[in-house]
Amino acid sequence: MNLGQHISQRYNQELEDIRNQVLKMGGLVEQQTTHALQSLLKHDAILAETVASRDDEVNAMEVAIDEECTRVIAKRQPAASDLRLVIAVIKVITDLERIGDEAQKIAKYTQRLSMRNTVDDLHSELSHLGVLALDTLRDALDAFARLDANKAVEILGRDEAIDKEFNNLSRLLITHMMEDPRQIKSALRVNWCARSLERIGDHAQNICEYVIYLVKGKDVRHKSLEHIRQKYFPDSPSAAAGMNTLSES
Amino acid sequence: MTTEALPNTDPSAESAALQQARENNRAALDVTVDKTVGQPFVENPKISTRHVHVFYGDKPAIKDISLDIGRNQVLAMIGPSGCGKSTFLRCLNRMNDTIPTCRVEGDFRLDGEDIYAPGQDPVLLRSRVGMVFQKPNPFPKSIYDNVAYGVRLHGLAKNRAELDEIVEKSLRRAGLFDEVKDDLHKPGTGLSGGQQQRLCIARTIAIDPEVILMDEPTSALDPIATALIEELMIELSENYTIAIVTHSMQQAARVSNRTAYFHMGKLVEVNDTDRIFTTPQHPLTENYITGRFG
Repeated sequence: MNLGQHISQRYNQELEDIRNQVLKMGGLVEQQTTHALQSLLKHDAILAETVASRDDEVNAMEVAIDEECTRVIAKRQPAASDLRLVIAVIKVITDLERIGDEAQKIAKYTQRLSMRNTVDDLHSELSHLGVLALDTLRDALDAFARLDANKAVEILGRDEAIDKEFNNLSRLLITHMMEDPRQIKSALRVNWCARSLERIGDHAQNICEYVIYLVKGKDVRHKSLEHIRQKYFPDSPSAAAGMNTLSES
Repeated sequence: MTTEALPNTDPSAESAALQQARENNRAALDVTVDKTVGQPFVENPKISTRHVHVFYGDKPAIKDISLDIGRNQVLAMIGPSGCGKSTFLRCLNRMNDTIPTCRVEGDFRLDGEDIYAPGQDPVLLRSRVGMVFQKPNPFPKSIYDNVAYGVRLHGLAKNRAELDEIVEKSLRRAGLFDEVKDDLHKPGTGLSGGQQQRLCIARTIAIDPEVILMDEPTSALDPIATALIEELMIELSENYTIAIVTHSMQQAARVSNRTAYFHMGKLVEVNDTDRIFTTPQHPLTENYITGRFG
């Protein structure tokens, strides 16, 4: 699908601007999440402080993009793929903002952690889940940037792995708590971080659903992955993406 | 994540891009408009047309269009100027008969009855399939006589009281009665543009047609008059079948149940209006409704 080629050059520019702003916001949110995880794993209070303080920037970007979308709707009455772009953007930035919030939560936890004298090693268990969530976020943003529905549906398939890792981690933490009740407090905190990472994965999945809506014109929310694959992606996931593949339902 | 470079917005490159886009669209048309995309046919249609060709002299204006108009539905026809949508509309009540160079081919049926059958009386047909034009065209007569004209012509009222009743009912249905009830014997041409157009609609529905054809009925009106007439169209569709040609895509989106997109004499795509304006299937439809080069 193309964003350009409107008879009005200004309209082209407005949509392109919106898209670029979303990519920029995505970049910032991705950085926030990466830094939050780094600060946690390396007990880096300074980095955590930076993450916590930059959440305002993320929030401001959400508001600015929302305003821009409202303006385009009022001025241009977008239709078809343009309409889907604007709607998808409004939804994507909501999820991005929430990812930003989760990153901020992790950063604040790190700050509290660094105030204590002894640091136990429980939270190193988060690294695997963190990498899974971060990869999902990065790839979801990439699918949005490239308007790649095939990649988006591939990412939807990773939800299970993240959930599984989260459950494994919870079990592990429960074991620790039972073995040594003195660890309950820190284990619970680690569990909150795990929960945040798992939520980041979920938000990234939502972004993928909006990419599919944007490209294919199909709302795939609350549908099983199998159903989505069979109905909208009958060809292999590696099949070429493109607007002209709008399929008959 | 990657950020692709912005498209080049330098003006000289723009015209090259524009030409390329037009070329692409032309190529797309040549290759892909062999068959109408979407759902041109409905169950139990009010009007059905098959393999319609229209020529002005040797020049084809409509090339092999087949389309149904659903009962008590609004069908909107959209497309760029010269795409054949008005020509097609005018075929439906044989208005093209009045143009000597115009030749119409194909099968047209109103409730299964052949519109172009040799014994079919065009005047009678037009009483069943009424038409409202782009420019309000009230007769240079009083408001009352404008509405009563067709009723008298077709002898639909037995006496004066019945005629009065039909005139009032029609004006009420067109949403005009309250504005003109004290001035029924003043000239229709003295009304405002929007009132004149509603008068024309009242005149059309006075003879109780089955189908109303509208050829850009609001393009000469201000937004308030337009909104009134759009509301009226939706109300009228409870009792009548309506086909409307419009240049306003928002209007098509607001009033119609189904939308048909015409392009260079061909019917590119027909589908439920909701679907056309959110997920059109043909790239030409997409380009037109999103305001891209086409």
